[in-house]
Amino acid sequence: MNPTNYVILASVLFSIGAIGVLVRRNAIIVFMSVELMLNAANLAFVAFARMNGNLDGQTVAFFVMVVAAAEVVVGLAIIVTVFRTRQSASIDEPNLLKY
Amino acid sequence: MTVMPAEGIFSLMWLLIALPLAGAAILLFTGRRSNSWGPYLGVLTVTASAVLGVLMLINMMDLPAEERTISQVAYQWVFVGDFSVDLAFQLDQLSMVFVLLITIVGALIHIYSLGYMSHDPDRRKFFGYLNLFVAAMLLLVLANNYLLLYVGWEGVGLASYLLISFWQYKPSAAAAGKKAFIINRVGDVGLSLAIMLMFVTFGSVNFSDVFGSATNASEGTLTALGLLLLLAAAGKSAQFPLQAWLLDAMEGPTPVSALIHAATMVTAGVYLIARSNVIYNNAEIAATVVVIVALITVFMGAIIGSAKDDIKKALAGSTMSQIGYMMLAVGLGPIGYVFAIFHLLTHGVFKAGLFLGAGSVMHGMNDDVNMRRYGALRGVMVITFITFMAGYLAIIGIPPFSGFWSKDEIIHAAFEQNLFIGLAAVAAAGITGFYMTRMIAMTFFGKKRWEDDVHPHESPKVMTIPLIVLALGSTFLGMALLFWGDIESWLEPVVGFESEPTPLPSSVYIVFTLVVVIIGAIIGWISYGRREVPEVAPAGNWLTRAARKDLYGDAVNHALVVAPTNYAARLLVWFDNKAVDGFVNGSAAVVGGLSGRMRRTQSGFIRTYALSMVGGAVLVIAALVLVRI
Repeated sequence: MNPTNYVILASVLFSIGAIGVLVRRNAIIVFMSVELMLNAANLAFVAFARMNGNLDGQTVAFFVMVVAAAEVVVGLAIIVTVFRTRQSASIDEPNLLKY
Repeated sequence: MTVMPAEGIFSLMWLLIALPLAGAAILLFTGRRSNSWGPYLGVLTVTASAVLGVLMLINMMDLPAEERTISQVAYQWVFVGDFSVDLAFQLDQLSMVFVLLITIVGALIHIYSLGYMSHDPDRRKFFGYLNLFVAAMLLLVLANNYLLLYVGWEGVGLASYLLISFWQYKPSAAAAGKKAFIINRVGDVGLSLAIMLMFVTFGSVNFSDVFGSATNASEGTLTALGLLLLLAAAGKSAQFPLQAWLLDAMEGPTPVSALIHAATMVTAGVYLIARSNVIYNNAEIAATVVVIVALITVFMGAIIGSAKDDIKKALAGSTMSQIGYMMLAVGLGPIGYVFAIFHLLTHGVFKAGLFLGAGSVMHGMNDDVNMRRYGALRGVMVITFITFMAGYLAIIGIPPFSGFWSKDEIIHAAFEQNLFIGLAAVAAAGITGFYMTRMIAMTFFGKKRWEDDVHPHESPKVMTIPLIVLALGSTFLGMALLFWGDIESWLEPVVGFESEPTPLPSSVYIVFTLVVVIIGAIIGWISYGRREVPEVAPAGNWLTRAARKDLYGDAVNHALVVAPTNYAARLLVWFDNKAVDGFVNGSAAVVGGLSGRMRRTQSGFIRTYALSMVGGAVLVIAALVLVRI
């Protein structure tokens, strides 16, 4: 199979994730969209590694997974804390940090 | 000329300066603890220096003339590559007479001050400053290079400032001190520039190096040096156009006026030019300018002295005029240097005597200085009167008093040079006769015009004894120096001496001068001795009114310097407020305004931020893609 297809798939997934981040209000959904963008990037890395015939991309993909796992922990914790104080998971409501 | 190392008594040369300097340090740093004994210590240190000076003179007289320049290196001061300046002293015939004048007159004035300042709560400080002055003045005349001379030069300026404004609670005294200090700075710029020019031209600032190679320098350089040194001398010696400070300097205590502003410091300019005689001998233009400045000052001083009712200011005008005579003599070149120093010595003694006499009068008159409220004091202040008369006869130049010999020699030298200069010098001598006669007539003769609560009395012995010594000096010093001391051949190795023939025999000039002086004195006596002196000054003619205002010296300074400086300062303030602040504040306002508007983009909505991130990323990628194409 042509590796270019994987890159196209990765682009599609990344765009879906980006649009999800921009248009959805529920923090959990936004969070999942971020994960989707990360994994689209992982897919692109792996596809490029295959095309170049070395393992650099594979390594970076593992790296991204580890960082994403850590990020999930911190992000979910924040979402839960915000939900406890405001009784809401909307990301438009916590807007105190502004001009 | 060979420079001999200091041996025997001359190895104590540094002590001449160190003694008064130590006195000043002790008096000024021990504070109130030395209030009781401090003034006596001050007198002691200067007297010790005077004794040391006399011993050195006796030893120097035994040496052959070519071995009388003695040098002592105390400390290697500046040492950079080929250039070195030492803290080194040079005692020669010229410095020797200055050392004696400074220490002996200084010691007498210190003793006098014991009486004059006896009631002043700050007299310890006063003696400390006086000692500081003596040390700085000795450093000035003993330095063997211009840089060290400059240290002394500034030192006497500092002491002068401190002592003029000694009664600093009087606003007029504080202002007078500042005025003297600031006008002196103008002259000091001349001296510092001259030193730099010497360094550039000769690579050294030592007297011996500079004078040794002076003839190799171009005449333009020497003229510049001469004019710069003249500027310095004019500042220190109150010569036109830097003369305005001397009259205000009379705000200081009278012993200060006698020591600093009559006998010693104001003659430092004459010393500077006489010391730099090699430069002036090779720079005719500079020497001519010296003569012009001197002649202007001779007349300015005499005219101011003729109009002032304040006894000290009248004497200050006379000091200006007499220093003008000395400057005239040094401007004449080798025919005059010796007589300038000769007149400087006799003037130092008789003018100190006159000032101390004026102080003694003031002491008995509740510190009133207005001569229109004196009158008929000869009966109540006999010693002051007699000593003042000795000074009077000396300054107007009646033989055999000391001023006659020195002033006559200067007038004779002026006639040797130029008939016009000679006639001007004689005319000024006539005015001297007028204003000094006016002074004694108003003070000691005529009717009593005292205030009701004034009870004049003779001063205590501690004040009259210095007066008597100075009166003896006023009487005999001229003859002693000329006939017994042979001042011409004594100073000749240092400053050079030559004489030119005059068209008429000397006696003609002497008689002519005497006649003019006596006419001046008679006019003075008719106007102020025979006639009643009004207690309120009459309006007077335009010259009198101008002279009362110091010949508009302050007005000229104000118009030429003070007002333009103020105007320029205001202009700069306006520029600073409008242009500099405008630019700085304007750019701050622009940045602040922009920030205020850009702040609005921080809305707090996370999705807005995310959108701008995505948009930014898309833009970057689009740019990359476009560039590759």
